[in-house]
Amino acid sequence: MSDFTHGFWPIYISVITLVSIIGTWVFLKSQTTRKLAPGEKPELMEHTWDGDLQDLNNPLPRWWLGLFYGTLVFALAYLVLWPGLGNYAGVLNWTQIGEYEEEVQKAEAKFQPVYAGFMQQDVSTVAADADARAIGKNLFLTYCSQCHGSDAAGARGFPNLTDGDWLYGGDPDTIKATLTDGRGGVMPALGDALGADGTQQVANYVLSLSGRKHDATLAAAGQAKFAENCAACHMPDGTGMQAMGAPNLTDKVWLYGGSEGAIIEAIAKGRNGVMPGMAQTLGTTSNKDAKLHLLTAYVYGLSQQK
Amino acid sequence: MEATTYNYKVVRQFAIMTVVWGIVGMLVGVILAAQLIWPDLTFGIEWLSYGRLRPLHTNAVIFAFGGSAMFAVSYYIVQRTCQVRLWAEKLAAFTFWGWTSVIVLAAITLPLGYTSSKEYAELEWPIDLLITVVWVSYALVFFGTIIKRKTKHIYVSNWFFGAYILVIAILHLVNSAELPVTFTKSYSAYAGVQDAMVQWWYGHNAVGFFLTTAFLGMMYYFIPKQAGRPIYSYRLSVVHFWSLNFIYMWAGPHHLQYTALPDWAQSLGMVFSLMLLAPSWGGMMNGIMTLSGAWHKLRTDPILKFMVTALSFYGMSTFEGPMMSIKTVNALSHYTEWTIGHVHSGALGWVAMITIGSMYYLIPRLFGRESMFSTKLIEWHFWLSTIGVVLYIASMWIAGVAQGLMWRAANADGTLTYSFAQVLNTMYPFYGIRLAGGALFFSGMLMMAWNVWQTTRQGRVVNDAPIPQAVQA
Repeated sequence: MSDFTHGFWPIYISVITLVSIIGTWVFLKSQTTRKLAPGEKPELMEHTWDGDLQDLNNPLPRWWLGLFYGTLVFALAYLVLWPGLGNYAGVLNWTQIGEYEEEVQKAEAKFQPVYAGFMQQDVSTVAADADARAIGKNLFLTYCSQCHGSDAAGARGFPNLTDGDWLYGGDPDTIKATLTDGRGGVMPALGDALGADGTQQVANYVLSLSGRKHDATLAAAGQAKFAENCAACHMPDGTGMQAMGAPNLTDKVWLYGGSEGAIIEAIAKGRNGVMPGMAQTLGTTSNKDAKLHLLTAYVYGLSQQK
Repeated sequence: MEATTYNYKVVRQFAIMTVVWGIVGMLVGVILAAQLIWPDLTFGIEWLSYGRLRPLHTNAVIFAFGGSAMFAVSYYIVQRTCQVRLWAEKLAAFTFWGWTSVIVLAAITLPLGYTSSKEYAELEWPIDLLITVVWVSYALVFFGTIIKRKTKHIYVSNWFFGAYILVIAILHLVNSAELPVTFTKSYSAYAGVQDAMVQWWYGHNAVGFFLTTAFLGMMYYFIPKQAGRPIYSYRLSVVHFWSLNFIYMWAGPHHLQYTALPDWAQSLGMVFSLMLLAPSWGGMMNGIMTLSGAWHKLRTDPILKFMVTALSFYGMSTFEGPMMSIKTVNALSHYTEWTIGHVHSGALGWVAMITIGSMYYLIPRLFGRESMFSTKLIEWHFWLSTIGVVLYIASMWIAGVAQGLMWRAANADGTLTYSFAQVLNTMYPFYGIRLAGGALFFSGMLMMAWNVWQTTRQGRVVNDAPIPQAVQA
């Protein structure tokens, strides 16, 4: 569809808008009749419909006309002051993006002193600071709690951030990288490659890795298939690989559930975990780097609590 | 041979379905209100999930309940005020079965998840085509009847019906322009902000022409009839008719304040919304002032109470609407429950109440009775509806303003004071009050159904209402 960028359109918009407002004015003027004299009865129109439907012809109420003209005057004044008539910018030179950028700038200046000190400190120092934790918690509740929960304990498909178990690593730099750019955890679907039986065998082998209840015969049959299909990411011993975000299968932490059914589903259909990058989410908000820093410290601090 | 009676059959069919669809649509509304408090209410069944039921609710109340009411009253009024039987009656019969099929198809496809994803225009392209055929037939029947009228002047209700039929046709054709990919999936012909603008040009005018212009036409017939008084001002009808229709067309962009829509379009949407205040109030004034000399009837006549209360809510929501279109107000109100409250003060307070009042006038006349089976039940219905609407909109006002203020509250360090979950938590009591209000309104509809059932059972089907032969001036 055309983007209407031709110079004709602003003129078209301005003309049609002004003609409409002024035309409404002229129309109102043309329909204004004299007020009824005190005690004078309004005219009863001659036509009648459906037996008894008739019209009086009272003049337009004066207060109503005043209201109407008032909105027309307001409209014209507004269109002089603010953008509206095509590409005419308006006397006040207001733009939506201008208003936004001004607000961000103000916030930047106002809150910069609050954050400046923390930017000089490393993550573990900030994490130990009570004021920083309070700010970090607010940021966490605003940006992270929707998935990870208000208590950061996660939910199915969303990692628990308080248990010290990390998919990608829990050192400050890794946490900051995760927060800033996000993560995409992809486990490919292996259902077709393994077949239904093979999938169940591998699932039982995976169950055996963490000592969960499993069928030993199936697990034994699954071991070789695991080595062939899974070990590249999850490692031959199943302890996972943080560089890939491949979970450790030998511990008790299960992102999507540790039942045989949940594991079979994961193997057969694969998994796609997405953590959005906060750098993008924060967009052009004020003190963005400081917010990322404080958020990192808060998340880091969560796993340091004993 | 020239017909000597009016066609009441199609009017009767639509009138009864108005009550049926009203109950269905509002029941879905009550379920949705409950789901917002108890998200697991429908056991996680996908067809009954909030996202699937919500378009079903809006389509059912607007197009099934409101649409059937409009077909019924416009067919009734156009015949009686033109003093002729409907033109092309087979086509009129088709509009009933066609429109009802559209509604049934909507009730099946929306819960199944088939959607074009355009608000108030969710139905997929094969149904859009059926809507087009039905609507063109409707226009032919309506304007055909106008053309063969015996009366010289066209009655004011018919101006409003004519405007609504024409504009809805244009809106539907432009907004539903889409590219079918499969039998059940299509994509909009527009992209990005232009799609949003077309959508809200349609969306706001669906409110303007489907839910306002059309129902003003209804008001202009049933209020003078029920009050037994002439309309206050012919001149005011003319002026507010033209100004309302003309200015409404511009107001759509106020749904897109502070978005990617260019600044100039946002401003125009706002100033024209403000200019819409007087034309809207012109209709309210003309209706209310028609009662002068008949105010005493309000004490005893619950039908008139419905109509006058409807006009009051109309006046209130057409004041609220322009205020909400002001950018600074919109910055607070947009995306909050306030919008839901505003919509329902119009939809329940105005559209539903003027429709209910009109149906209480119309239905006995279609079944050979002077009045409904029970006037006392109408009185009860009136109070249940009024209390229901007030609870609904008051709770949503408070919830909406609280929500807007909580969202923007900031701490001394620049972080937000409240998380999304905390704001949601604050909403619960108000969701509860809203549910109670909606349930009251819904229970009134059940009373109406009982009253209508008794009226039809004890009446007789009227197919011989005579057309007066003497043509009035």
